[in-house]
Amino acid sequence: MATIYIDNKPYVVKDRQNLLQVCLSLGFDLPYFCWHPAMHSVGACRQCAVKLFRDEKDTRGKIIMACMTLAKDGIRISIDDPEAKKFRAGITEFLMTCHPHDCPVCDEGGECHLQDMTVMTGHTYRGYRFRKRTHRNQYLGPFLHHEMNRCIACYRCVRFYCDYAGGRDLNAFQCGNRVYFGRHEDGVLENIFSGNLAEVCPTGVFTDKTFRRHYTRKWDLQTAPSVCVHCALGCNTIPGERYGTLRRIHNRYNGEVNGYFLCDRGRYGYEFVNGNRRIRGPLLRGPGGGEARPCTRGEALSRMEEALHTPGRLIGIGSPRASLESNFALRTLVGKDRFFSGVSERERKLSAAALEILQRGPARTPSLHEIRRADAVFIIGEDVTNTAPIMALTLLQLVPCKKVALARSLQIEPWDDMSFREAIQQECAPLYIASAAPTGLDDEATRVYHATPDDVARLAFAVAHVLESGVPGMEGLPENVSGLAGEIACALKEAERPLVISGIGGGSLSMIEGAAAISRALRSVCGKGELSFLFPECNSMGLALMGGRSLAEAREVLREGDADTLVILENDLFIRDAKPAVEELLKSAQHIIVVDHTHNRTSERAELVLPASTFAEGSGTLVNSEGRAQRFYRVFVPDGDIRESWRWIQDMISISGRGEAAGWKVLDDIAGAMAREMPEFEAVTRIAPPADFRISGEKIPRQPHRASGRTAMHAHTDVHEPMPSDDLDSPLAFTMEGYGGQAPPALIPRFWSPGWNSVQAVNKFQQEIAGPLKGGDPGQRLIEPAEGVKSASPDKIPEAEGLRPGEWLLVPLYHTFGTEEMSVLSSSVAERVPAPYLALCPEDALSLGIGEGEAAELIASGEAQQRIRVRYLKGLPRGVAGLPVSLPGVGMIDLPQKVSLVIPAKTADTGKV
Amino acid sequence: MISVVKGMWRVFLFLFRRKVTVQYPEEKPYHPPRWRGRIILSRDPDGAERCVACYLCAVACPVACISLQSAEDENGRRYPEFFRINFSRCIFCGFCEEACPTYAIQLTPDCEMGEYKRPNLVYEKEDLLISGTGKYPGYNFYRVAGVSIGGKAKGEGENEAPPIDLHDLMP
Repeated sequence: MATIYIDNKPYVVKDRQNLLQVCLSLGFDLPYFCWHPAMHSVGACRQCAVKLFRDEKDTRGKIIMACMTLAKDGIRISIDDPEAKKFRAGITEFLMTCHPHDCPVCDEGGECHLQDMTVMTGHTYRGYRFRKRTHRNQYLGPFLHHEMNRCIACYRCVRFYCDYAGGRDLNAFQCGNRVYFGRHEDGVLENIFSGNLAEVCPTGVFTDKTFRRHYTRKWDLQTAPSVCVHCALGCNTIPGERYGTLRRIHNRYNGEVNGYFLCDRGRYGYEFVNGNRRIRGPLLRGPGGGEARPCTRGEALSRMEEALHTPGRLIGIGSPRASLESNFALRTLVGKDRFFSGVSERERKLSAAALEILQRGPARTPSLHEIRRADAVFIIGEDVTNTAPIMALTLLQLVPCKKVALARSLQIEPWDDMSFREAIQQECAPLYIASAAPTGLDDEATRVYHATPDDVARLAFAVAHVLESGVPGMEGLPENVSGLAGEIACALKEAERPLVISGIGGGSLSMIEGAAAISRALRSVCGKGELSFLFPECNSMGLALMGGRSLAEAREVLREGDADTLVILENDLFIRDAKPAVEELLKSAQHIIVVDHTHNRTSERAELVLPASTFAEGSGTLVNSEGRAQRFYRVFVPDGDIRESWRWIQDMISISGRGEAAGWKVLDDIAGAMAREMPEFEAVTRIAPPADFRISGEKIPRQPHRASGRTAMHAHTDVHEPMPSDDLDSPLAFTMEGYGGQAPPALIPRFWSPGWNSVQAVNKFQQEIAGPLKGGDPGQRLIEPAEGVKSASPDKIPEAEGLRPGEWLLVPLYHTFGTEEMSVLSSSVAERVPAPYLALCPEDALSLGIGEGEAAELIASGEAQQRIRVRYLKGLPRGVAGLPVSLPGVGMIDLPQKVSLVIPAKTADTGKV
Repeated sequence: MISVVKGMWRVFLFLFRRKVTVQYPEEKPYHPPRWRGRIILSRDPDGAERCVACYLCAVACPVACISLQSAEDENGRRYPEFFRINFSRCIFCGFCEEACPTYAIQLTPDCEMGEYKRPNLVYEKEDLLISGTGKYPGYNFYRVAGVSIGGKAKGEGENEAPPIDLHDLMP
């Protein structure tokens, strides 16, 4: 700890921080532009000037940049010094000379860091009377709008895009006053984190293009704390609503989870909530199928009664994209033995295995914050960039501990960004990737190994063996692979915080077991090491914790005639299992009830469709890959009969004449019931303040205190203002009235602080800059490794893979834009979704005589034949073909599996699919 | 007794003073142009809508009686998709006019807005938009703003230099 003097008052602060960070942590308002809490200092904008004094007798002092100065013990500075103030006002005036007169038509207005800083420094009137420099804008794709005139040249965009997110197609051009930030030519920004530029840019150069289509000022957005539903990391978000539609997603800082950034899938996938495929009211379909007709809630309930009349004839299919509460309600309705998890046999088996490994230990599953501190990583069979993008962003920041120590010995702190990068000479922490197909992180990896899933698993076991005994004790392992195993083992052993990442995405149990074997070896030999498994969907982990049998077993139960009614919760079965199998399942059920928010092929087959809420219209709990349960809250009240799924299922339970659900009045009741029934969910009751929580007797308002239009927005339908809806489930209110101070961390509806209207207001909500939120980061971990349990029996090491001629091993491929079911319904994301394709390595394709873009027939056992275009993918091993998972237009195939390929005879119309 | 007589005397003297009562509606009183009466939306000197839907009037309104939604036309001009003022709530404080950065929203001297039914006091954009510039004749926001719109490319605004040529090698 160090004692520093600010305006002659002593403050005790943490060592090795810069003055700007310290001043902001202490709550001072010190303006800045180029500094960013995640990207640190470069001292480019000169805005954070303060005065430094030699000692208490020094009255003259000198102006220094707070962000570039170490807060040494005994340092004396002044923020309020008139000369420092004048200097800061002068810098703002300079930055504003060419800033256009755009605020009324600028999307940043009202949450603009430049506006805030201009007001803070007191610059009010432009003294500059000459011509303003102008720039032409660029087209940057479906996510971002470019308005280069507004630039103040803080370089944050390039520093985020290139240095932080590893992007290559955005840079600074020209020099001096003419500097330009953009691409070399118009085109789509390729990096999947580009959307963060809208938040990173302190002014309106980069703004959210989807938000622009239905623009609303920040002060008008009704917001609530939420959790992203587009992958299993559970990044915290702030969705904003106005006039009954969802307008945008902003990042919600959570020190343990997503920090300052979101991926583009999470930021732009929201549009499905407003989509025309939404189920807006109950629908009834006649016994013969055909067109569904809208019906009233009463009609729906009476049809429900008919379908549910015989108890014990009912089975329920849950969903990894529905909340814990909804899945639990379904499990209560049908009973534990008749609850099916609604995922494929393979996914259920892999999730259960991964969960068991994490529960058994000894390795612990780290949070994203802990991953940020890892210094050697081995990824086994998971394309992290495309299945869990923010984890990939975290992995890009890893720096070896040795290098940090080296830089510190040169008196360079990690916050001194440029010097630190120079000191570590771009050296990243060792990152090894072993997978069947090329992954998005391959370019950043120290070494990459692509082979069949079983060979990848063999490498993993070899690494474990080297760690335990020093040699890769496995027969038939090629020389280069055993060498690689030795190298990886050495890197993991030398690291202070080694990390092994695997996941369900690879589709192979042996890879998961291989990862577990390495983590066990690391723990037993070195006593360190963490293990992270990535799950495919937002609540896959929660569903795995809840248990439930697979879809194949549901089919079995129906075929045997043990059940005739199927209740399907928020699940499109056609993306879970092969089409013939799903057809059989749906045909053997007499009654199908679907509760979902979006029409899909399954809901088209249902006799009764009930409208469920999305994440924005309902509250619930999701469990992320780390095992952290997080609560998301309803952002707005939807029109009509849209309700949370669990409320519909609660009706079903009451209609069947049972009393279990009678006590479920609010969300806390069902969470409590769940915790009583399944002790592993006990912590869910503690993730957020209960519904009756009040501060000074008041609820926390979802609307900012400046929200406008209350007495006019409904006036065209009824001139009497409606009563604001009451939210029984949470301590949040649908009004602008209520407690005006800072809410508890799990309930923060938006980041705003007096004088800080932009996202930078988050500084005021943290215990220290880039640290946990005041009151602790929200969420509760449900999984901790069991203490003192020795590792289980040695795992079965897979044999080397052999492929017969004409046989191909088809492995899953992932796309940030395309793999996830809901985000592809968003119009902006849809523009980035690739066309369906089958990937082959160029050598294989040449030997087959098939050119890029030509069609091939894909024949998988027991599944319909698909015709699909071939795309060359360098890095795929020979004999391995790749198929993008759940890409629109690609049929569901259980992967990986052996398939055969038929090349249609070349005719005049070759290649036309 | 004396005080009653005094009072009556004072009232009697008023008979010889000038009459204050105006015979409204036969006789209309004069309202100066800065009178804060019925709100209108004006057009710029080129005849296009002045309102750029910046939401500043709505947020300034103390009774929250202004509601709008911004939209953008094919030329990049912002305009309100709908613009609604609930005059049954309006207190004619003029904050909206003060907040307006484009002189679009203006209060007029018209105060004759009596209605028997409250819904008739809800004015939509069609009811608010006039065909002239109102009190501020010369101003056109897009001439001074940095954004390009149809007919005004980058660098063609007032006091603007031509756009930077990124391929120029001159220092």
